[in-house]
Amino acid sequence: MITNLLIMKRFIGFVRKEFFHIFRDRRTLLILFGMPVVQILLFGYAVTNEIKEAKIAILDHAKDEVSREAISKILASGYFILESDLHSEKEIEPAFQAGRIKLAIVFEPGFGTRLIRDGKAAVQILADATDPNTASTLVTYTQAIFLDYQRELNAISSIPLTIVPDSRMRYNPEQKGVFLFVPGLIAIILMLVSAMMTSISITREKEMGTMEVLLASPMRPFQIILGKVTPYVMLSLINAIVILLMGKFVFGVPVQGSVVLLLSESVLFILSALALGILISTVAQSQQVALMLSLMGLMLPTILLSGFMFPIENMPIPLQVISNIIPARWFVVIVKGIMLKGLGLDLLWQETVILVGFTVFFMLVSTRKFKVRLE
Amino acid sequence: MMASIVATELTRTFGAFTAVDHISFSVEEGEIFGFLGANGAGKTTAMRMLCGLLSPSGGQATVAGYDIAKRPEMVKRNIGYMSQKFSLYEDLTVGENIVFYGGIYGLSRNTIRSKTAEMLEKLGLNEVRDTMIRDLPLGWKQKIAFSTAIIHEPQIVFLDEPTGGVDPVTRRQFWDLIYEAADNGVTIFVTTHYMDEAEYCNRISIMVDGRIDAMGTPEALKQQFAANSMDEVFVRLARPSAVK
Amino acid sequence: MRTIGFILYKEFRQIFRNKAILPIIFVAPVIQLVILAYAANFEVKNLKLVVIDNDHSSFSQRLIGKFEGSAYFRLVGTADSEAEASGMIEEDRADIIMEIPKGFEENLMRENVDHIQLIANAIDGVKGGLAAAYSGQVIRDFNREMIETYGPVLISGAPMAQVSISMDEQYWFNPKMDYKTFMVPGILALLVTMIGSFLSSMNIVREKEMGTIEQINVTPIKKYQFVIGKQLPFLVIALFEFGIGLIVAKILYNIPFLGSIPLMFVFTALYMTVILGLGLFISTFTETQQQAMFIAWFFMVIFIFLSGMFTAIENMPAWAQTLTYFNPVRYFIEAIRMVMLKGAGLHDIARQIWILVGYAILINTLAVWNYRKTV
Repeated sequence: MITNLLIMKRFIGFVRKEFFHIFRDRRTLLILFGMPVVQILLFGYAVTNEIKEAKIAILDHAKDEVSREAISKILASGYFILESDLHSEKEIEPAFQAGRIKLAIVFEPGFGTRLIRDGKAAVQILADATDPNTASTLVTYTQAIFLDYQRELNAISSIPLTIVPDSRMRYNPEQKGVFLFVPGLIAIILMLVSAMMTSISITREKEMGTMEVLLASPMRPFQIILGKVTPYVMLSLINAIVILLMGKFVFGVPVQGSVVLLLSESVLFILSALALGILISTVAQSQQVALMLSLMGLMLPTILLSGFMFPIENMPIPLQVISNIIPARWFVVIVKGIMLKGLGLDLLWQETVILVGFTVFFMLVSTRKFKVRLE
Repeated sequence: MMASIVATELTRTFGAFTAVDHISFSVEEGEIFGFLGANGAGKTTAMRMLCGLLSPSGGQATVAGYDIAKRPEMVKRNIGYMSQKFSLYEDLTVGENIVFYGGIYGLSRNTIRSKTAEMLEKLGLNEVRDTMIRDLPLGWKQKIAFSTAIIHEPQIVFLDEPTGGVDPVTRRQFWDLIYEAADNGVTIFVTTHYMDEAEYCNRISIMVDGRIDAMGTPEALKQQFAANSMDEVFVRLARPSAVK
Repeated sequence: MRTIGFILYKEFRQIFRNKAILPIIFVAPVIQLVILAYAANFEVKNLKLVVIDNDHSSFSQRLIGKFEGSAYFRLVGTADSEAEASGMIEEDRADIIMEIPKGFEENLMRENVDHIQLIANAIDGVKGGLAAAYSGQVIRDFNREMIETYGPVLISGAPMAQVSISMDEQYWFNPKMDYKTFMVPGILALLVTMIGSFLSSMNIVREKEMGTIEQINVTPIKKYQFVIGKQLPFLVIALFEFGIGLIVAKILYNIPFLGSIPLMFVFTALYMTVILGLGLFISTFTETQQQAMFIAWFFMVIFIFLSGMFTAIENMPAWAQTLTYFNPVRYFIEAIRMVMLKGAGLHDIARQIWILVGYAILINTLAVWNYRKTV
């Protein structure tokens, strides 16, 4: 009894020491809490694929009433800003090269006369396709404007056989990028704090030689590890909550499902991340190595292959297969499901089971590795 | 004889705390000067100022004839330094460390090569030239660190608790190296808290709470404090302050 | 000069002896280029379409057929009710639902117009938006076909003179709309930026942590000598990585290099002096590698997302666009894309060069100034 109490006391003292370490380092602390805030603001406000005011150039060989009218329609659409009026084809390429324009529209000579006389006239729509999505969106917009104009010219008030699509954007009516980023950001921040920070902090004790002192103390190895990771678990959770709150109150990203379920799943994910961090620290001999391993082995896969930024179904099969062994992939599905779609455990149990499996597996491997190192 | 180090009213404060409080002393050329004091008495701070690592808050000092506040780079050119924290690169070999330090003091490759051979020969460590520092025992590391610190033949060498953590035999060997350097005219400025080592010094000063409370040859100090050993002298000086 | 030589000697020995860092330095670029180029794919193709056909008429069949024939959509199933289709969206088995109302054909024939419902999963706003835009395109095509087939019959009276504008769209610099062409320069930038900033920010801190910095500080070594000696190896490594990256990009993806390769290298070297200076600056005011790593991470995330690497800068709100002017990564991405994909020359990227030169001078001066040998 008494010894248990003593061990408990010692353990609490140790956790307290770890907290002191973290809280004394104000810069890291500031960044730890500042990072999610800055990142979500950035993702929410600045990182957007919504296209507006794309710079274009127009080469009007016709310069007649019809072409001028078409141009004014294009510029009135709000999607485009006229960067320059060109005078020859030769000017197009340099304008693209210098990155001044994204799109060029070329009216053929006699555009208006032909349209009236022959009922046919041609325009060229040239897009800078180095960014394919922007290019195809801009081309689509332009085509729609021309089609509208054509309809107007045909002066048919009621066009025959018209199908009007009514589009609804489910879950995210305003198509805000931040809806997609919040779940991913939670995964990244949890990974960063729980895995990367722990791996570096444990490796630091090794590098400094203080780990041996700790191991020589009457505390058990798992207590040492537990003591080292407890503060990070708390930090991660606080971060996750900050992101959720900011998402809700700043950007209106809702939590449709159960908050309790969301937080429990987060804890589960944190545990798997911690196990990975410990695993790395057993392998790495220096902080630099730990950093590089977590960066390449954890952070990049989490960012790239979790489906939060890049759709998994677009990836080639081998990468899709690899993405299955990345815990964040499942976690992102769960968070999206709970937050945005309001799903419950009944629909997410498979992902949850997989995540539990990962956690148990990583825990076992890392404790084994840790023990082996001690012997 | 010329004075190698002259400190006049040298002071350093950190905020409200005065680490070094108006100390004055001078060290002669070729002298082994022991700089003693309890932990936190201010000896490391004083030494860091003399090496040009820390700028003084008040007073002045010259080292090898150069003002430490005005011409720290000239000071650095003329001193050697070995700190209690380890000063050789663990992931370089003995030879590589010597090449590096010799190189940045401007020695030529040839000089470095012959000096390295001579030094390892003297230390009897010929076989470790290509061994990584991290694989050597502490005592060897310290001997090599000292020899590296004087490879550019400085006028003065500063040693900050150079023998921390090594066995008495190795310490004795280390002091042989110090004597040899002193015989060649190098001024030695050494901090230590081993009192037996204090006896090896020509002259010692004892710092208490940022001030120098006693200075003289070991014999003179023992007489002054009516003590049998330096240990006793030290305890008499340091204790009262610890109590109050 | 000789002194710098000795520092280089030491730095290179230490780097090449670091068995853990070395493979990361050399393997990372290849892995990143292989995985990232395939993973970082915002291409929207093969959208999973579910149809609720309440009409079962020949018109509705033809419309569905039109969707099936499009490269953008893949018909994954039909549903009888909206609830059923919604379930498929919830489980991510569908991206977009098209509901054709009862009496679709009749309404079209009689009223000339009818509405259909489109419901897109807009958690990924871009994807949702493109899904709607592509559907619009398919439906417009369908409309035109219908008019061509039935129009003359249906329009009462004599067929009017119809005008039509023929649109010829061209996608320049990337005619196949290959997303990799867009991403690879960005990935190269990401690679050199990350390697450079992390390695350099941790480097001097490492000497601080190990205590060897004291020894350096008591030597007569000049600040600039030490800094150059520390930075040069990373510059060499980064350029080497860039070279590997270019080779991989050429062999694997056949990315066109329209511009001058020496120009790319020179520009990369200039950019690296900025990034390394930044890393150095960080390492002058941090105490531990963990701190340095965190601060570097924090700034790199902001820099990368505000660089136009993934999302176009023009789409950002004005304040964020203003911020990007202070972002060195922005200029690098801009210039490297211009040179690589569009064949821009020295003259075209002069602006970026001058800005980076200014930046390099500023940040390196700050770093050298802030690195104190005497406290």
